[in-house]
Amino acid sequence: MTVPFPVRRVARVAVAVSLAFGALAGCGGDDNAGSGSKGPSGKIVVLAASSLTESFTALGKAFEAEHPGTTVSFSFAASSELATQIEQGAPADVFASASPATMAQVSDAGDTAGQPVTFVSNTLEIAVPAGNPAKVTGLADFAKKDLTIALCAPEVPCGVAADKVFAAAKVTPAPDTLEADVKATLAKVTLGEVDAALVYKTDVIAAGDKVEGIDFPEAAGAVNDYPIAVLADARKPATARAFVDLVLSAGGQKVLTEAGFQLP
Amino acid sequence: MATVAVLFLVVPVIGLLVRTPWSTLGDVLSRDTSIEALRLSLMCATLATAVSLVLGVPLAWVLARGDFPGRSLLRAAVTVPLVLPPVVGGVALFAALGRRGLVGRPLDEIFGITLPFTTAAVVVAETFVAMPFLVIAVEGALRGADRRYDEAAATLGASRWYTFRRVTLPLVAPGVAAGSVLCWARALGEFGATITFAGNFPGTTRTMPIEVYITLQQDPAAAVALSLVLLVVSVAVLAGLRERWLTTSA
Repeated sequence: MTVPFPVRRVARVAVAVSLAFGALAGCGGDDNAGSGSKGPSGKIVVLAASSLTESFTALGKAFEAEHPGTTVSFSFAASSELATQIEQGAPADVFASASPATMAQVSDAGDTAGQPVTFVSNTLEIAVPAGNPAKVTGLADFAKKDLTIALCAPEVPCGVAADKVFAAAKVTPAPDTLEADVKATLAKVTLGEVDAALVYKTDVIAAGDKVEGIDFPEAAGAVNDYPIAVLADARKPATARAFVDLVLSAGGQKVLTEAGFQLP
Repeated sequence: MATVAVLFLVVPVIGLLVRTPWSTLGDVLSRDTSIEALRLSLMCATLATAVSLVLGVPLAWVLARGDFPGRSLLRAAVTVPLVLPPVVGGVALFAALGRRGLVGRPLDEIFGITLPFTTAAVVVAETFVAMPFLVIAVEGALRGADRRYDEAAATLGASRWYTFRRVTLPLVAPGVAAGSVLCWARALGEFGATITFAGNFPGTTRTMPIEVYITLQQDPAAAVALSLVLLVVSVAVLAGLRERWLTTSA
């Protein structure tokens, strides 16, 4: 059986994280002892775009190690779905979106504390099952009706980005399924059930050996910025702020770029 | 406590009605995507019920009348989809009927047939999840029916198939009807196995529940309007069932 969630990859990222933060945690030890209850504490809930699954899971572990007594729990889904959940009052402290438009939906409603900050960007890549059985070479193959193609639904950010690259490449895709988030799209490739899909570069890296990535020139025209913000209804605003600071820190950015993200 | 239970069950439905954007209801429901999703849902649920009837009634008969070792084990095995989380059902269908599945791979290699992401896959997913409802209902009816009628028919020289068709089946007709309605309603509401195994494409595999789920991400008001359609259909099914139960118990 194929495991859609690449555990091994997370482990590898986690090693990178501990390397990046090892020194930092060592220095900070004394400070923490002095500041006591002033430091971050308690449990925070981070809602993050699916494409952040591996890197944020690793950053969460680093955060918990750096601030004993804290717990970071994640909910990964399509950013648009998470935005709907926030609108409906989902109890959460931080929101990291794969699209500024989706973040704007939340901040315009007054649901963020302060202005969202862009922390990384991501580009699309063609994902094919290992060995590329259908011999996909570029975006033009997505127009072939005899290939089985998965794309993100146009309602979610990766689908919006996909529409943009197809428009730029003047290709009319012939998808067989429009998935609800990027990880669902990737899973169809990992399972070998589709010949090709359009996902983020980071997803191809996260999928490991089961998936091969193919770059295409039009990807540069649809770079997705990822904004992050503390939510207005955060129950632990200080801890939430500290987590956002970690994401924006040099160590955090290192973890994200190693996962395939680009700096904004 | 009973009041709490009633409120708990009824308030969400009232919430749906309160939030329904009545002024734009017509616009939302007359969108091509809505009509397409509803048409697809009704068609697939009906096909799934038909397949369940053709395959499920004989299975129910075997479970009710058959006398062989391992019968209870067989019953447990075929009713697993009843309690299985539907999304797990979807993953299981991939493992069996996907392009790289147990049956799916030879099907693809020899006949060039691939099932996932087709309308047929929707029917398969719905049948997988809904057929046990029909089997259980019909099996119950068969157990309740008087076997002496069958025996009488047999002594008069009727074949087993003739007896089944002309004696047994009419006796359990109310059970079959109730089972079919339950099966149809379950198929109509199917989401997890469908979105997993059949995917989501307008006109091919995007049924009403998936349309509601996807629409909620962009246009919550429209999602409420679409939900209302499913609510109306569900209530209609309930009304139909109640009538059926009343007439059989009378």
